[in-house]
Amino acid sequence: MTGARFIFNIRLGLKDLMLHKGRSMLTSLGVVFGVGSVIAMLSVGEGASEQAMNQIRKLGSNNILLSSQKPADDAGSKRIRRHSMSIYGLRYEDERRIRESYKHVTRTAPAKIFRKPARLGEKKMPLRIVGTTPDWFDLVRRPLIAGRHLNENDQNTHAAVCVLTEHGARKLLANESTLGQSIIVGGDYFRVVGIICSDDSEGAVQTPDMKTDVYMPLSVCRGVFGEAIYIRTSGSHLLERVDLHKIIVEVDAMRHVEGTATAIKAMLKRFHDEEDYHVSIPLALLRQAEASKRTFNIVLGSIAGISLLVGGIGIMNIMLASVTERTREIGIRRAVGAKRSQIVAQFLVETVVLSVMGGLIGILVGVMIPKLITLLTEMPTIVPIYSIVLSVGISMTIGIVFGLYPAIRAAQLDPIEALRHE
Amino acid sequence: MADDDLIKLRDIRKVYQMGQEQVHALAGVSATFKRGSFWAVMGASGSGKSTMMNLIGCLDRPTSGTYHLNGRNVGGLSDDELSEIRLQNIGFIFQSFNLIPQLTVLENIELPMFYRGLSPRQSARRAAETADLVGLGDRLRHRPTELSGGQQQRVAIARSLVNDPPLILADEPTGNLDTTTGAQIIELLSRLNDEGKTIIMITHERDIAKHARQSLQMRDGVIDGSGGDGQ
Repeated sequence: MTGARFIFNIRLGLKDLMLHKGRSMLTSLGVVFGVGSVIAMLSVGEGASEQAMNQIRKLGSNNILLSSQKPADDAGSKRIRRHSMSIYGLRYEDERRIRESYKHVTRTAPAKIFRKPARLGEKKMPLRIVGTTPDWFDLVRRPLIAGRHLNENDQNTHAAVCVLTEHGARKLLANESTLGQSIIVGGDYFRVVGIICSDDSEGAVQTPDMKTDVYMPLSVCRGVFGEAIYIRTSGSHLLERVDLHKIIVEVDAMRHVEGTATAIKAMLKRFHDEEDYHVSIPLALLRQAEASKRTFNIVLGSIAGISLLVGGIGIMNIMLASVTERTREIGIRRAVGAKRSQIVAQFLVETVVLSVMGGLIGILVGVMIPKLITLLTEMPTIVPIYSIVLSVGISMTIGIVFGLYPAIRAAQLDPIEALRHE
Repeated sequence: MADDDLIKLRDIRKVYQMGQEQVHALAGVSATFKRGSFWAVMGASGSGKSTMMNLIGCLDRPTSGTYHLNGRNVGGLSDDELSEIRLQNIGFIFQSFNLIPQLTVLENIELPMFYRGLSPRQSARRAAETADLVGLGDRLRHRPTELSGGQQQRVAIARSLVNDPPLILADEPTGNLDTTTGAQIIELLSRLNDEGKTIIMITHERDIAKHARQSLQMRDGVIDGSGGDGQ
């Protein structure tokens, strides 16, 4: 019975709202925009954290990234001047210690990175050389396009082989049968055994995987190019000796990442005189993404809140006007036998119908906005299902909160006065 | 004897405060309206007849005095209880019809049943039957504004009957109608009275009043005289 009455009330509400289509539309506009911005906000936030998650997945959520860092000038200036060669950064021993002395560490991948010009026939281009071990390809997952990754055998036999990234392969090898050719790096020949995808996403800066990288076994790299790196800058040149530029450390479980990182930091501090290294955790990126998402939510959330508040007040205003307009109707209903609570229910249902209609339109708007944002800014957005459920809830709440006062006003009217109302 | 009296008013007073002055809209009214009677209440405007009708109709409460309706003292009832009494016991007919313009004829007639909580199917059937009774069976889907005054008043009468209340209060039911249509409405009310409804009708037209079986004259908040065939 109450169900039938409820449906009747909804029908009645719709009927009255349809009577003033324009007015109802304008009235619900506040809720439309409020709900729209709630969904847009959540979608952008969701997209951003999904992007961060992807990045982390790519970097490995279980990984710790160590990189060499030239110490600040004043700290290491003396030594640099005296030897005219700066020696700093992560050492081979660091990598060994980390690999051997932490129980949560499962694998490590060291990398020595420097630039060298490379060529194949007439084609020339500078490449970034990454001397590393086969494990690297497990820790930095990058799909193979052709051929194979480096393997243990290359390492053990000191094979002069290399793996190119797609981008570099296109430039150097274009139109020629790709694998099996040898490119000249520095002055030595390296046979291309595999091609892997370039990493085009931003944030990949953290990994030494720029678009035109070439990977070769670390042992070969050390043997061929030596330990010192000659860097020519405008007017001067500099000799650097850095054992390893990067070490990727894989930990067995995500919950051990932060603890292990702290332990590694402590160890490095003990063995290094200066802070010529940097330890970063992809997991921290997630924390950072979440923090910025929170800021974003606060900003857009307050915009949404304000427009919902204004929208609600608009609805209340219109409902008060409607109560005045329909005073006589209220009088008739009361005379016929309607209780006050039944009048309250009628107007409340009408307000909720109005605000939920606004909410539904708002959901449409809210689903469109993120699409538009993605189209214009290439920022990823995801409309989460819960945001739609939340929006329906919000618009219903708005209807109830802001409909209550007009509904009570309607119910409190004196039936005799109301019947006399023109 | 008590069973015979549908309405018993004992020394009913209604006092309004108008600024400094107290206005005695009703200054001690005692009257008894028997079941099945048909009363015309007459009087100049300001004589207190509307106030009395509002009290009898349970839309208002007296300042003092007692009022028994259908054997029940309705003096101290709450707003909800008075609503329930109106729903069950009283049908209203107004001078200006007072139909809800957004609703169809059928929906207007259904209105009292909606508040009684009848199922939509039941109430639609009952409303259609009642519409037939007042000669509007073919106008159910129309809006009040599409009907003539006489037809609108018939809708209002159907609405007042639909919950089958013992008492019908008509406030100048012919006031907005021409003589012929007015006569038809009075005829309809007489027929309802014949079928057992108690009718109290306010009018200021002697021609209309004489269709009632009894009449009652009000002046300055008191009953000035009554007459009729004593039925």
